[in-house]
Amino acid sequence: MATVLNVKGVTKTYEGGHQALKGVDLEIEEGEILALLGPNGAGKTTLISIICGIATATSGTITVGGFDHAHDYREARNLIGLVPQEINLEPFETVMNSVRFSRGLFGKPRDDARIDEILKLLSLHDKKDNRIMTLSGGMKRRVLIAKALCHDPQILFLDEPTAGVDVELRKDMWEIVARLKETGVTVILTTHYIEEAEAMADRIGVISKGEILLVEEKDALIKRLGQKELLIELDAPIDAVPEALSNYPLTISDEGGLIYSYDAQAGHTGITGLLSDLREAGLHLVDLSTRQSSLEDIFVDLVKEDAA
Amino acid sequence: MNWNAIAAIYRFEMARTFRTLVQSVISPVLSTSLYFIVFGAAIGSRIDQVEGVSYGAFIVPGLIMLTVLTQSTSNASFGIYFPKFIGTVYELLSAPISFFEIVIGYVGAAATKAFMIGLIILITAHFFVDLTIAHPVWMLLFLVLTCISFALLGFIIGIWAGNFEQLQLVPMLVITPLVFLGGSFYSISMLPPVWQTITLFNPVVYLISGFRWAFFGQADVALGWSVAAIVVFMAACLFTIGWIFRTGYKLRS
Repeated sequence: MATVLNVKGVTKTYEGGHQALKGVDLEIEEGEILALLGPNGAGKTTLISIICGIATATSGTITVGGFDHAHDYREARNLIGLVPQEINLEPFETVMNSVRFSRGLFGKPRDDARIDEILKLLSLHDKKDNRIMTLSGGMKRRVLIAKALCHDPQILFLDEPTAGVDVELRKDMWEIVARLKETGVTVILTTHYIEEAEAMADRIGVISKGEILLVEEKDALIKRLGQKELLIELDAPIDAVPEALSNYPLTISDEGGLIYSYDAQAGHTGITGLLSDLREAGLHLVDLSTRQSSLEDIFVDLVKEDAA
Repeated sequence: MNWNAIAAIYRFEMARTFRTLVQSVISPVLSTSLYFIVFGAAIGSRIDQVEGVSYGAFIVPGLIMLTVLTQSTSNASFGIYFPKFIGTVYELLSAPISFFEIVIGYVGAAATKAFMIGLIILITAHFFVDLTIAHPVWMLLFLVLTCISFALLGFIIGIWAGNFEQLQLVPMLVITPLVFLGGSFYSISMLPPVWQTITLFNPVVYLISGFRWAFFGQADVALGWSVAAIVVFMAACLFTIGWIFRTGYKLRS
């Protein structure tokens, strides 16, 4: 797959001296969904703002579809759609006029049929003549997406698309992103909801304190960094790990069973030895199950390591 | 040039004008009519003529300038300040448009609206006084140049303003006094000599004088000075806007 966005060595230092980005490198493949995860103040919005032209980088280069984003800004920006984090909309305008305005800004001739299609995709069509101030928060967020899509961009930036929205709308948003992917749009979304990245993304980038800590395929990331746990249910609950098993990293579960933590990727997991030692210690197993750590655990570990 | 973007901004801004028709158009017409009643009829009946022109007619160019200057400044400043205030300015900054195109869109719409109001006041004036325009082409040229220059000034104010109070500050505290003291309701030849000299430092004097010349063929200062004043003012505004866009002042972090 071709690279549609290439960010190289981008730094951003604000006038007050605060360094928001410390040399960010990022490559985005055509058609993928990348979730940029990071705590508040990590530099997610700054990075997006620089790529989209709202803020200027202190140093570094960005190419969008092969165009330099500063020198060939018209070509570069034509390829990008941005859905900002805040609901920034003209309250007195109708949905249709607002979307028409955005399309015009991108130099596209008026095409109400195309806007109708986009509004239908976002379940907004029946609201097209409503004033924006009369819409609910969720609907307003859809209007922002419609405005970002109306010039048919190849890359869509969603800056915290589900911040402060209810569960139902969040699920709707995931569905919309999935539909966009089907139409070939590359999506880059920032979020601090791990669940969201897990549900939507192909790749995940973790950003903290202005640095990208890693960018990896979601599944590989979970697998690579994932700690697994073996849950051992016993016929008689115990309240302490028997002396004979003290060499194993075991803890007692709430039910009085045992939890064994191990690295699934390691050549030797130690499970076979543990099972025979359990029998020798006179413990009787009722059930065994495994549990893989979630992205959230991985994320928390990464950011913690970075802070250390 | 991204003509579609310019047209989009222009149409969007003009739509706001028509949506707020009462506030945008009817209120300047009403206030001008009040000026005619107070200055033209009540006071004017006691003043015979100024420089051979009836007082009612004499104040028409000044009245038009008063409204056009404040309207073009406040329209353009509000036009660019409002997107900053509600946050929609992100769209302008992330769209494939140059700053020059943004200026044409906003300043063009603000100037158009001020020009329309200027013409409406001129038409309204016809109901109160007999008016013949000596140099109609010059009159229109002055009107257009004034609308554009002060819309450029308004655009600068809109970018600079950090709140609504600052937005009102320049039109209220600078432009209105300068217009009132710039000979809108009197000829500067009516002032004592010292004040005549001081008045010459007021740039609006040159605008009103030139505009009045286009109406009646007589001016407080030579026509060349009036043309030069407006050209210099416009150049200064364009230079400032050029600097704003080069540096991203108050627009791009």
